[in-house]
Amino acid sequence: MASASEQGGITQSSPGLFDISLIVNGAPQAVRVPARRLLSDCLRHDLRLTGTHVGCEHGVCGACTVLVDGVSVRSCLMLAVTADGARITTVEGLTEPDGTLSAVQQAFADCHGLQCGFCTPGFLTTITAGLAENPDPSPDQAREIIGGNLCRCTGYQNIVQAVLRAAELRREAGLKREAGLTREAGLTPEAGP
Amino acid sequence: MLASTGPDGKVLAGGQSLVPLLNMRLATPEHIVDINRLTELAYVSVADGQVMIGALARHAQVLADPVVAAAQPLIAQALRLVAHPVIRNRGTTVGSIVHADPSGEMTAVLALLGGTVLLASTGGERSVSAEDFFLGPLESDVRPDELATQVSLPVLGARAGCAFAEVSRRNGDYAVCGVAAMVELDGGGGISRARAAYLSVAGTPLIADLTEACGAGAGADLAAAGRLAMARVSPGSDIHATAAYRRHLAGVLTERALAGALAHAKGRSDG
Ligand SMILES: Cc1cc2nc3c(=O)[nH]c(=O)nc-3n(C[C@H](O)[C@H](O)[C@H](O)COP(=O)(O)OP(=O)(O)OC[C@H]3O[C@@H](n4cnc5c(N)ncnc54)[C@H](O)[C@@H]3O)c2cc1C
Ligand code: FES
Ligand code: FES
Repeated sequence: MASASEQGGITQSSPGLFDISLIVNGAPQAVRVPARRLLSDCLRHDLRLTGTHVGCEHGVCGACTVLVDGVSVRSCLMLAVTADGARITTVEGLTEPDGTLSAVQQAFADCHGLQCGFCTPGFLTTITAGLAENPDPSPDQAREIIGGNLCRCTGYQNIVQAVLRAAELRREAGLKREAGLTREAGLTPEAGP
Repeated sequence: MLASTGPDGKVLAGGQSLVPLLNMRLATPEHIVDINRLTELAYVSVADGQVMIGALARHAQVLADPVVAAAQPLIAQALRLVAHPVIRNRGTTVGSIVHADPSGEMTAVLALLGGTVLLASTGGERSVSAEDFFLGPLESDVRPDELATQVSLPVLGARAGCAFAEVSRRNGDYAVCGVAAMVELDGGGGISRARAAYLSVAGTPLIADLTEACGAGAGADLAAAGRLAMARVSPGSDIHATAAYRRHLAGVLTERALAGALAHAKGRSDG
């Protein structure tokens, strides 16, 4: 599995400090961090991307989940230096450049999938990766996708609904895109599946 | 590298156990040797009757491998119970065995199957069998200058079946008690061998031979095996469960895992 991390050129600038480069939400970033800096702290403090929340700092709550080369990981359990060269997507990067909400974000709004919102960034990133892997989850599979994230407010029912709704929105968007493409290419769209 | 960092060096693999210990200040190693760039160790393969798992193979990668699932189904049965998908994306299977958590599913799998761990240092390589590998809770036979490079687990025999049963407080949590069972059938559909490994009831994975308790012939007495298991374990109490509850679970889960393993074995020899 080749990843962007092989391109990272990590250097030690002074004792205990390392120069790393990350691509965060599409933008290249050069950061100088101590060896022990967590990726979560690097994102929040060094890069001021405070959308990533930190609840427990030992892997249990899921609030800090981000995508590293497209894979969901706990940013509180990864050292920033380990992420050198990787493509990181935080909750800030889920929104389209024009501000349109992603399917998962829209589904949370539609289904009232949040109350205080503390847990929400972790759910959004986790579900984004979960639907990329399984675009058509059953209600049980939706629960499996979010099984590692804690929420103190909602009681989870609306979050499960939001996973299913997001899958629906993604399918609709996919169909529209396909229809658009086939029309552009001058082909007659075939009957749907 | 590990040779030069001395006794205060620690290997960092998936970080799903080590980084929480660092964050909680329970571990304060002087040096951390990150092996995440050794991508040549991110392999799983099956050859010569062994499933081989490299040090950088993540739980998720091992779990998704169809060749591994066919060769030794107990591995996937166990990995599905290890934490949550997001933890499994980073945590390594070899790391979880080296970590030697008495509640770790893969420690029980190594012990039940009689696998081996390959260790490398600048001084050379050595191979340690499962029975010698676990020294105590969170303590395995890995010296500070050694890297565990691979774990090997034998494939499942033709007339054998396996199953994993556990109870945890919430889906994905560490098990309050867990049982991995394996049975082998004789030609007539009776049990010729039955063994189980227990997690969360002792400092290291506990193995029980349940062949005699099950009895020979087709009408296996799984309840008797459950009673034997309850007599064999001597679990402790903690904030998650009392010793009596864990002992009770050991009995119930033994029956459940044996029934699953028996059905699995019958399905495989019929199929
Ligand atoms: C919320 C949560 C829930 C979890 N639930 C479970 C569960 O239910 N069951 C379960 O089994 N596990 C569970 N885990 C732990 C998870 O499986 C870890 O991935 C695993 O225990 C350690 O693997 P790692 O690669 O992350 O190792 P690390 O955290 O990187 O290392 C752990 C220890 O092993 C040493 N080590 C690791 N690899 C090597 C190597 N190749 N050579 C020498 N030393 C090495 C390290 O030095 C360290 O001491 C959970 C973790 C979290 C955060
Ligand atoms: S802050 Fe990382 S899992 Fe809770
Ligand atoms: S909305 Fe408050 S913790 Fe989930």
